[in-house]
Amino acid sequence: MDVLNRVPVREQDPAERAHNFAEVCLGYSLEEAKAEADRCLKCKNPKCQTGCPVNIDIPRFIGKISDGDVEGAYHVISEYSALPAVCGRVCPQESQCEAKCIRGIKGDAISIGKLERFVADYAREQGIRPVVSAEKKNKKVAVIGSGPAGLTCAGDLAKMGYDVTIFEALHEPGGVLVYGIPEFRLPKETVVKSEIENVKALGVTIETNVVVGKSVTIDELLTEEGFSAVFIGSGAGLPKFMGIPGENANGVFSANEYLTRNNLMKAFTEGYDTPIAAGKKVAVVGGGNVAMDAARTALRLGAEVYIVYRRGEEELPARVEEVHHAKEEGVVFKLLTNPKEILVDENGWVKGMRCVKMELGEPDASGRRQPVEMPGSEFVLELDTVIMSLGTSPNPLIVSTTEGLEANKRGCIVARDEDGCTGKKAVFAGGDAVTGAATVILAMGAGKAAAKGIDEYLSH
Amino acid sequence: MYEIIEKRQLSDAIVLMEVKAERVAKSCLPGQFVIVKIDEKGERIPLTICDYSRERATVTIVFQIVGASTKRMAALKKGDFIRDFVGPLGKSCEWLSEPVEDLKKKKILFVAGGVGTAPVYPQVKWLWEQGVAADCIIGARNKNLVILEEEVHKVADNLYITTDDGSYGMKGNVNDCIKKLVREDGKSYDLVVAIGPLIMMKFVCLLTKELEIPTIVSLNPIMVDGTGMCGACRVSVGGQVKFACVDGPEFDGHLVDFDQAMKRQQMYKTEEGRKYLKEQEGATHHGGCGHCD
Repeated sequence: MDVLNRVPVREQDPAERAHNFAEVCLGYSLEEAKAEADRCLKCKNPKCQTGCPVNIDIPRFIGKISDGDVEGAYHVISEYSALPAVCGRVCPQESQCEAKCIRGIKGDAISIGKLERFVADYAREQGIRPVVSAEKKNKKVAVIGSGPAGLTCAGDLAKMGYDVTIFEALHEPGGVLVYGIPEFRLPKETVVKSEIENVKALGVTIETNVVVGKSVTIDELLTEEGFSAVFIGSGAGLPKFMGIPGENANGVFSANEYLTRNNLMKAFTEGYDTPIAAGKKVAVVGGGNVAMDAARTALRLGAEVYIVYRRGEEELPARVEEVHHAKEEGVVFKLLTNPKEILVDENGWVKGMRCVKMELGEPDASGRRQPVEMPGSEFVLELDTVIMSLGTSPNPLIVSTTEGLEANKRGCIVARDEDGCTGKKAVFAGGDAVTGAATVILAMGAGKAAAKGIDEYLSH
Repeated sequence: MYEIIEKRQLSDAIVLMEVKAERVAKSCLPGQFVIVKIDEKGERIPLTICDYSRERATVTIVFQIVGASTKRMAALKKGDFIRDFVGPLGKSCEWLSEPVEDLKKKKILFVAGGVGTAPVYPQVKWLWEQGVAADCIIGARNKNLVILEEEVHKVADNLYITTDDGSYGMKGNVNDCIKKLVREDGKSYDLVVAIGPLIMMKFVCLLTKELEIPTIVSLNPIMVDGTGMCGACRVSVGGQVKFACVDGPEFDGHLVDFDQAMKRQQMYKTEEGRKYLKEQEGATHHGGCGHCD
């Protein structure tokens, strides 16, 4: 066996998967997982664990795989994470646990993410469930939002014996896991639903169709409905637009809208009522993971797709794996390119986008090289659809309806990192609602920290 | 799940449903809306709130059959359940924040077009309950499309009805009626609230601008989530981009870019309309909807 190279993971062929919504990565078999696990050095001082925002005891679960005890491996992960099948798929391991792997100094880092995914998928297929707490604390905690932060916080609190209710604004729980991340990266029925079922199995109640701030306020939850503490994990759902001419034309979408129509409302599936104007020639503006998701979705709906990004390849904020997959599938990258105007036909529809070429100038305060326009380099891309994927910010609804809750200039709720404590008594917050749009795992880390903070607060 | 407590057909294509929805009924106010999704495969349909009862914990909605989803929704019966019913969404009427005593000094004219009568009703009713008198015009294409006449009649100080074909009330459109009231009957108004089709609201606003009467309109563009997440409902108001779901649905009508709003509405009508007509006409659908080749 070659200990320096990781066991490759099987994937759907790019030419084929560009036309379907089935999952791209096929995951390890038991044999492959064991072979990969055997490469792990099982370090006494595991650096990988320090790279994990929820601090999973990585060598211990990998050791269990080596021993052939996959169920044991699952229970190790479950001590730390409520969403292993999700994290194994969407965490940026290359910049977290795997970045710290000692094996990676010379050769490939252990494929920790793919092993986590294998363990979670195996457990699901075998019907193995997390262990439910017997302890009951007889205290109610409300969790706002059923995305990664909320599910993690709720799961941890339930394990401690609290009576937890999650309030979700949409009609399905999961937050960004169901409306944002596409099926081909994160299957909804098999993976997301079953992890949510696991959280429910811990005793968590989920009430959908409740927009906190509208249907009920945080103060009402605390005073009228008997909750002793509230965790806000409402995410960053507000889309940004560029403010360029033509942006309100028909055929210009936020990535949120395009993805929600497709993922949550299942516009791509026969029999569902929600329409999507998929487009034939589509430009996605932006270079993050969401931009890749939107581009690859448009591709699967039959479009010719461009990514338009103002910086260069090096600066793309998306995961390398996502960029690689998008390219393999045929997405065309127009880098160092910035839109100036969306061109609109006489009926109000998009007909093109006037762009300008950019070059990278001096580094700014953040250390990133600023893109500057190249004079005389304007050109027109002929298009019928433009998807704006410029990031999102937190919804102001909760802050504006909760007295004593503070937000910063960017609209993010002010809360302490270590325990999610806000300036308002009994109210905690974490995830994208606090940090602005970030990753699933960072939100989970915040949900976990807040669960501890809430437990400490309620134990006094 | 949300039970349909009552169902009434207001016209061939307009349906009223009273739905059990505790949280919404407890907190909703005039001007707000809900999103309804009838089953797993249905769309999220934004609908204005027509009435509510805190005691019965119900919310009344009125909708017109315009697409596949509303057609399926109209097929539901009393006692059936709606899968999802979320709200109240959007901001309540701005005048709700004014002291009742001030409102009593104001002359308010409500202008309701077609199904727009549904969201107008709870506003006039709320004012009536506080002892504030308001006039109301209901305009429709013909007599059959005049809805909620009895209800509005009970709560409005004066009710005027206009039909395009003259089959009921005054012959003409709502603007003819406004002109008559202001120019011939010598009435004066401090505020107009116009709710109906975009084209109606556009022309009412052109007239009230001329008459120098501040005018509020309520927009109902297609939305997906209704909580500010998708931006599908964006509308230009005074040159600024607003989301109807969270910044509205009510806006200063003199600042709304109606032409853009109408173009944006067209986009979705295309998709929806196509689907509906295909279903209706089956294999014989080869255009006619104005959108297909």
